[in-house]
Amino acid sequence: MFALPSLKATRIRKTVVVLAATLVSLGSLSAFADDHPTKVGFVYVGPVGDHGWTYRHDVGRLAIEAEFGDKVETTFVESVGEGADAERVIRKLAADGNDLIFTTSFGYMNPTIKVAKMFPDVKFEHATGYKRADNVSTYSARFYEGRAVIGTMAGMMTKSNIIGYIASFPIPEVVRGINAFTIAMRKVNPDAEVRVVWVNSWYDPGKEGDAAKTLIDQGADIITQHTDSPAPLQIAQERGVIGFGQASDMSAFAPDAQLTSIIDDWNQYYIDRTKAVMDGTWESVDVWHGIDSGLVGFAEYGPAVSEDVKAAAEVIKEGIIDGSIHPFQGPINNQAGEEVVAEGEILDDGVLLGMDYYVEGVQGSLPK
Amino acid sequence: MISLQPRQQPSKLMGLLAPLLALLLTVLAGLVLFALLGVPVGQGFYAFFIEPVSSVYGLSELGVKAAPLIMIAVALSVGYRSNVWNIGAEGQLILGGICGGAVALYFYEVDAWYVLPLMMLSGVLGGMLWAAIPALLRTRFNANEILTSLMLTYIAALLLSLLVHGPLRDPDGFNFPESRLFHAAATLPNIMQGTRLHIGALVALLLVVVTWVLLSRTLLGFALKVNGQAPRAGQYAGFTQNRLIWFSLLYCGACAGLAGLFEVAGPIGQLLPTISPGYGFTAIIVAFLGRLHPVGVVFAGLVMALSYLGGESAQISLNLPVAVTGVFQGMLLFFLLAADVLIHYRLVWRRTGVAA
Repeated sequence: MFALPSLKATRIRKTVVVLAATLVSLGSLSAFADDHPTKVGFVYVGPVGDHGWTYRHDVGRLAIEAEFGDKVETTFVESVGEGADAERVIRKLAADGNDLIFTTSFGYMNPTIKVAKMFPDVKFEHATGYKRADNVSTYSARFYEGRAVIGTMAGMMTKSNIIGYIASFPIPEVVRGINAFTIAMRKVNPDAEVRVVWVNSWYDPGKEGDAAKTLIDQGADIITQHTDSPAPLQIAQERGVIGFGQASDMSAFAPDAQLTSIIDDWNQYYIDRTKAVMDGTWESVDVWHGIDSGLVGFAEYGPAVSEDVKAAAEVIKEGIIDGSIHPFQGPINNQAGEEVVAEGEILDDGVLLGMDYYVEGVQGSLPK
Repeated sequence: MISLQPRQQPSKLMGLLAPLLALLLTVLAGLVLFALLGVPVGQGFYAFFIEPVSSVYGLSELGVKAAPLIMIAVALSVGYRSNVWNIGAEGQLILGGICGGAVALYFYEVDAWYVLPLMMLSGVLGGMLWAAIPALLRTRFNANEILTSLMLTYIAALLLSLLVHGPLRDPDGFNFPESRLFHAAATLPNIMQGTRLHIGALVALLLVVVTWVLLSRTLLGFALKVNGQAPRAGQYAGFTQNRLIWFSLLYCGACAGLAGLFEVAGPIGQLLPTISPGYGFTAIIVAFLGRLHPVGVVFAGLVMALSYLGGESAQISLNLPVAVTGVFQGMLLFFLLAADVLIHYRLVWRRTGVAA
C-alpha cells in the first residue's frame, strides 16, 4: 500500500473534525442521509506511475478512500491529453454520477468550465487554473516557497557555483519556481548561477535524463527539476552529483543524491473537500496555500546534507510559515541588473501569477 | 498438420477479410486479456466496445474522434498508393491549426459570415505549405520525403508552442500558453444540439467520396496507382512522376490542414500548445488498416476511434489502466499483419503419411 505514514496523524486530526462535523449535521438533520456512496472522479494528465505530479494526486485519491472507506467511490482516468479529449472525459465522469471531480492539470481549465455549465449539481475542482464558477473551485499550492528552501540549500552546497535546472514549459508557475530558487540561492551565495534546460514536457524520462547529463557536463554539481520523472535524480546518482526530488520523495531512485524533495501533499485538501460535498457545505473557493497549510511538504534530508545546511533550511521554512520571510521580497533585480522590486517591497499574487521574466542569477533567456 | 502454401494469385477475398479477421482476433485476445486482469469478460467487452457507443452522445463523440483520422488517412492513402510516403501529416495538421487559428484571432470578435470560410481556406493553405516543403525537396533534390516530412512535424509542434507562448497568447490569460477562446463566429457549427459533432464529420465523408472518385474514375487516379505498382510503366505511359509527388503531398497537406483547423475551431475552440493527440500518426495506421481504400478507411477510422473511447470507458468503469488502449491498438496491427499472410498463402491440412 502507498498509504503514507503521515496519514495516521491526519486521521486522528480528522476524527476530531469528523466528530465536530457530525454534531453539526445532527443538529441540522441534514437531508443528506441517503446511503449511497459519494462518488469522486479524477482526471490525470500523466500516468499514475510517474512518481511525480500525477502520482501525488493519486496518493490524494487513495487518502480519500482510506478516510471514508465505503462511503466513497473514486475513479480516475490517466494520461488524458490537454486538448479535445479532456472535455469528453470530464463530461463522462460527470454523466456517470460523480459528485465531485478533480481535474488536475492547467490545460483542463476551459473544458472543466464548459462541462461544469452542463452539470450544475456536480462540483468541480480545477488545479492551478484561474477560472471559477459557482460549482468550480480552483486550488494550487505555493510550491515556490519550497523552491526558496531548496534554493538556500543549493547555494550553500554548490562548489562549482553552477546549478542545473530542468524545466518543463515556460509558464508562470515554472518561471516563478526558477526565480524563487535563484533569489534564495543568491542570498547565501551571490556567485552561484542557475542554468535552465527546457524539455517541453511534464513527463519524458528520456529527455529529462539527457538534460541532466548536459547540465552536469557543463559543470553543474547540483541538479533540480520542474518535471515529474525521477530520471534527472537517477542521472545525478550515477554521475556522483546531488539534487532535489520533485513532487514526491524520490530517494528510492537516488538514495545518495537526493538532498530533499518538495512534496505535493493534496491528501488533507482532498479529504476536506470530499467531506464538504458529503455535508452539503461545499462552496466554490480559490485556494493557494503554502508550507503553512501542509500542501507543500518536504522529504527527509538525504545523507549529503550537513547540519548547518539543515539548520539554514529550517530557518527559511519557519520564516515562511510565520511570515517573516517572503521568497519574493525586494530588492530583486532582473537579468539586466535593474531593480524590479524595491527594498522591503513584496511582490503581490497578481504579479506572481503572471510572472514572465527571469531574475538576476539565471543564465540564458526565457523562451517566449 | 497445417502448412502454408503459396497462392497462384493474391486472394482478393482475403484482402477484404483480413482486417475483419484481425478485428475478430483482437476482440478474442482482448477478452483473454480481461480475464487475466481479473475482469469479468462480459463486463470488459461491454465497457470497451458497447458502452462508449450506447448513447447518442457516445456516437457523436465517436464521430468527433474519427473525423480527423478519416480525413487524414483517406488523403494519405492516395500518396501511399503511388509510393509517396508522407509521414508528416501531423505537422501539416498543426500548421493548418496555426494558420486557421491565427485568422480567428486576427478577426477576434468580428461577427461576420466570412470569418469561418477564411479560417478554413487558411488552414488548407497552411497544411499545403507545410507539405510543399518535402515535395520540393523530393522533386528538386531527391531528398527522402519520409525523413523530411517527419522532421518537419517537430518543427511545426515547436512553432505552435512558440506562438502560443508569444504573439498568439491570450492577453488576459496570466501568461499561460494558450490563445483566447475563439468567438462564436469563428467556431464550427454543431450538427447535433448538445454534442460536439461538427461539420468536420460531414466534410470527412465528402472527402471519402471525392477521393474514391479520384482514385477509381479519373486518369489522375489511374496514374497514381500505376506509379505505385510499376513506376517505369508509368513513365513509359507518359505520367510525370514529379507531378504525382506534388499532387500526393499537397492533397494530403490540404486535408490534414483542414482537419487541424476543424480541431481548433471545433472541439478545442482555441490554440493550445498541443492541438492533436497524434492524429497525423494514428492516421497512418488507419490508412493501412483500411487497405488504402476510401471506404475501408472509414471503418478503420471508426474502429481506431472506438479503441480510444473504449479505453477511457474501461478506465472509468473497470479501473483498468490506460495501457489497455495501447495494447488493443497494438494487437489490432499485429493480427492484421499476421492475417495478411493469407492474401498470398493458403492454409492447407496436410496429412502426414503415417497410415499404419
